Amino acid sequence: MKTHWLVRPRTIRLLWMVFIIVLAATVGAEFFVHEPTHEGIGGSFGFGAWFGFGACAVLILVAKGLAVFIKRPDNYYNVRDD
Amino acid sequence: MTDFLHPGLVLIAAGLVLTLLRGRARTVLTLLAPAGAVAIVLAMPEQVLWQGTFLGYSVTPFAVDKLSRLFALIFSLMAFGGGLFALRQANRAELPAAFVYAGSAIGVTLAGDLLTVFVFWELMAVGSTLVIWSAGTRTAYRASMRYAMVHLLGGVVLMAGIVGHVATTGSTVFERIALDSPAHWLILAGFLINAGAPPFSAWLPDAYPEASWSGTVFLSAFTTKTAVYVLLRGFPGTEILVYIGLVMVFYGIVYALLENDMRRILAYSIVNQVGFMLVGIGTQMALNGAAAHAFTHILYKALLLMSAGAVLYETGNRKCTDLGGLFRTMPLTMVCGTIGALSISAFPLTSGFVSKSMVAQAALDGHLEIVWLLLAAASAGVFLHAGIKFPWFVFFQKDSGLRPPDPPWSQRLAMLFFAALCIGLGIFYEPLYRRLPFPVDYVPYTGAHVVGMLQLLLFSGLAFFVMLPLLKRTLTITLDTDWIYRRLGPALISALEYVIVTVDRAVRSATLATTRAGVRIAGLALGEHGRRARAPTTATMVMWIAVLLTLYLLVYFASRR
Repeated sequence: MKTHWLVRPRTIRLLWMVFIIVLAATVGAEFFVHEPTHEGIGGSFGFGAWFGFGACAVLILVAKGLAVFIKRPDNYYNVRDD
Repeated sequence: MTDFLHPGLVLIAAGLVLTLLRGRARTVLTLLAPAGAVAIVLAMPEQVLWQGTFLGYSVTPFAVDKLSRLFALIFSLMAFGGGLFALRQANRAELPAAFVYAGSAIGVTLAGDLLTVFVFWELMAVGSTLVIWSAGTRTAYRASMRYAMVHLLGGVVLMAGIVGHVATTGSTVFERIALDSPAHWLILAGFLINAGAPPFSAWLPDAYPEASWSGTVFLSAFTTKTAVYVLLRGFPGTEILVYIGLVMVFYGIVYALLENDMRRILAYSIVNQVGFMLVGIGTQMALNGAAAHAFTHILYKALLLMSAGAVLYETGNRKCTDLGGLFRTMPLTMVCGTIGALSISAFPLTSGFVSKSMVAQAALDGHLEIVWLLLAAASAGVFLHAGIKFPWFVFFQKDSGLRPPDPPWSQRLAMLFFAALCIGLGIFYEPLYRRLPFPVDYVPYTGAHVVGMLQLLLFSGLAFFVMLPLLKRTLTITLDTDWIYRRLGPALISALEYVIVTVDRAVRSATLATTRAGVRIAGLALGEHGRRARAPTTATMVMWIAVLLTLYLLVYFASRR
């Protein structure tokens, strides 16, 4: 079976490069549209970028931490229910 | 009475007639009834249309204002899209049940009094339980029973509140309710149970994903959004809703991140989205935002669940661990699912962007800086758990080896219709803003806002791919509050049973032993060979008579003194 062009390593490398350029562009765009609408950290430079990344990292770590206590095999209920 | 038919009753009647129809007639009515409801909703004037008395109370089963029209419109549109998507559903009970369910939801939005609200509220519970039941599996049956229990409890709480309210005020009118009496708290609690608020949030991810491929699409739309509607009308500006909403927002994200079942991911994300709406039940701007978000949410969540339903229909699989790589053979489903995913994430040019930003802006205008920051974090989290996670694990990820085709035309058409609405409302948002309950003075597309949102979302995407190893799917579920009634409750009952049986057994055997010992002791004295059973001798008799005579003499002398 031929590998689909989208999943070839070359394409994936290219996609990563494009992604990084787009990321840089969204931060760079702030030089042109910066409007002082927010006070506090909401108005800091590249707020969306660092806050978005940070929030996701925290959420993932919190979820993983919680999983230690409340994760169960997915037949947990079925053993008796079915 | 006026010339206008009640659009909810039209759908309910159509649902009942559908049980009798087959073939082309069924298809025609499935599409015509909701289309008719949409037409009525657009044409009906903003006034009280039906009024009467029931058991001495005045009832208003059909009253229209901007807010009720907005919700009735999206509910009838949803019934149309859901009906189109469900045309190939082989189970003949599901669609009728879904139409009764949708019609009752419209009934709640057009109700001007609390009695009518309650009647349609309960009818919704019946319709939705039947939709889950129609999936026909044992798991679905059990889930539908748990679902019914929670909603009947919610109904009882609501009824108690309504009875208390009517008893003290004498009024059945459904208007703004202040939290100043136990009855009003009960009404709020009854509404919140249907909204999926903690600690009752677990009913939603427990029950909805067990419905059929088409049933879940209907379920996602009505119950929680009807709850948002009644909260908007009954409890605007209630501060506690902001905090309940924030809990729901993060609960939804964390649980969705840990989930392996694609439809349970989307179910948790409903709780998350309803959380955004509850946060928005404050100022006029926020109320507009909450109403707009409910409208757009129904469209993109239905679209997401349609694409998940199409995958389930074609592959029979629901778990991310079994799926992946489907973009090769289901391109249309992938594109539509991704449009839904981008909309729920509030990407610019999608419907979520124009509605969710109003809620955030209202928090900012109200100087709720912390709430605004939490909402921004939650927006990033939505992109993480629904915006990327869902399409990535279902359509990309690894190659699962599955090569299913895109679904039949009815399902493709329904997905295209909703995808078009998601994009359309993202670009031409004026028709939506015009229908919001309060005048809108807000422009979603400003340079700073678009750039800020793109940063937030794209860097969330970066976080997703950087931390992908931590998000690898496993064959697990995550315990939720339903554990209390599925495991803890039964365990407590078993424990109680054990205690009762043990104590009962101990008491019985102790009583038996005591009785036996008594019988034995009595036997020694009174039995056949016991002392009492022997015939007394003459000497003994003489001795006892002597004793009696002595006693008699003593008593005699004592009394003479």
